[in-house]
Amino acid sequence: MDIFDKYAGIEQRHRALLSIGGDPFAVRVDRILSATEALIGGRRTILVGTNNYLGLTFDPACIEAGCKVLKSDGTGTTGSRVANGTYGRHTDLEAAFARFFARRKAIVFTTGYQANLATICGLAGPDDVILADADSHASIWDGCKLSPAETVIFRHNDPDHLDKRLTRLADKGQCKLVVVEGLYSMLGDTAPLKEFVEVKKKHGAFLLVDEAHSFGVFGEHGRGVAEAEGVEADVDFVVGTFSKSLGGSGGFAVSDHPKFDLLRIASRPYMFTASPSPATMATVTEALHQIETRPELRKRIWANAEQLHTGLRDLGFTLMAPLSPVIAIRMPDEATAVMAWNRLIESGVYVNLALPGGTPNGVCLLRCSVSAAHEPAQIATVLGCFAELASELDRLSKQNAA
Amino acid sequence: MTENVLNEIMALMQRYNPDGKPLDAGTELGADLNIDSVAAMDLIMEIEDKFDIDIPMNQVAELKTIGDLVALAEGQLQQG
Repeated sequence: MDIFDKYAGIEQRHRALLSIGGDPFAVRVDRILSATEALIGGRRTILVGTNNYLGLTFDPACIEAGCKVLKSDGTGTTGSRVANGTYGRHTDLEAAFARFFARRKAIVFTTGYQANLATICGLAGPDDVILADADSHASIWDGCKLSPAETVIFRHNDPDHLDKRLTRLADKGQCKLVVVEGLYSMLGDTAPLKEFVEVKKKHGAFLLVDEAHSFGVFGEHGRGVAEAEGVEADVDFVVGTFSKSLGGSGGFAVSDHPKFDLLRIASRPYMFTASPSPATMATVTEALHQIETRPELRKRIWANAEQLHTGLRDLGFTLMAPLSPVIAIRMPDEATAVMAWNRLIESGVYVNLALPGGTPNGVCLLRCSVSAAHEPAQIATVLGCFAELASELDRLSKQNAA
Repeated sequence: MTENVLNEIMALMQRYNPDGKPLDAGTELGADLNIDSVAAMDLIMEIEDKFDIDIPMNQVAELKTIGDLVALAEGQLQQG
């Protein structure tokens, strides 16, 4: 028996996918050209699947800040904050996040994935119970797995089902931690946070909202869906990432809980990993400043989202959610989805392919994410490629029906 | 394994068995019915609602067959 035998099923599925065209899960970007373009397979390609919501990866001020600190502070911290010490830049950025969110406490993490791992498994102990939305991101599930707490799930975006769950758990003396996301990354739908807040208050539970995809985009100041819904005061913990709107790599969590800093000496994904690099601290500090001082970035991303959303809908595609910067298009089956993804990449448009296992309800999706850095002309070009795809899909479905 | 719980779960399983394969306690959820981790969560929620029990996700990873599912549901029912 070979140690990789257990993967025979997924290997077979991957081979079937490769027989249709290129590998959607191993795209090689030869050269990144800007926040919205790259050379892929020698072709100039418009990027519509990078979660670079505000386009800050090529922001001159962020690049300048990173270069300066790379020279002054070196390439890395070479260890964890517990063992090697905290740099002033770590605490300065934490203070900047606390200020941005008007919260008492903030902690930064080395990746967004670890931000969920560390916060969830640090908060929920052996006698507690985590209640997680069924469509949660893998980092939430892995945080639940790492925690000794029991995890139960409730139906996606269903406050009544959460209420039922919490009612059933009422007699147990545990702390209850409810975990939801602001904007769900696959379908682009948002959580009904007002209703969730009512349920969590009724049962005395704690609420954690992962704003990874909504931070910088939703709310008057870009603080996320909780700000947009006016419920920030009732959200106990907010988790987010550097790697989307902030254009870096890392994560954060903020809270008003006076003992939040205990996670620093209790949560393993915080304690046993190298701290974020000085240059990352510098670019993210500057990106946060950009978000604070340039509200026009949010205006642009919403205008771009509307252009693409409306255009795709008018072409007759089935879209999975109301308007947001994540626009997911439903494909009838896996083979069609893979073929469509290949057509788009061949015509110079990069989107995400999302297949069952990574999607709710077994749906196959072409997933687009819009950036504030997209020019309207680029979105028009993308829509032109989708128009050709729509005609081809139409022709194929007529052929199959005949 | 009580007949009742087995029958109720068999009835729920039909939605996950579009090819109409014969099902018994030994039927494997992954290998025979192609139920992935996302579909498994839907199934677990249906069973929880049906019997008014909580099935912690921590115990779901151990599940292999329909029989395992029935045993897990029965265990949670006994705990009340």
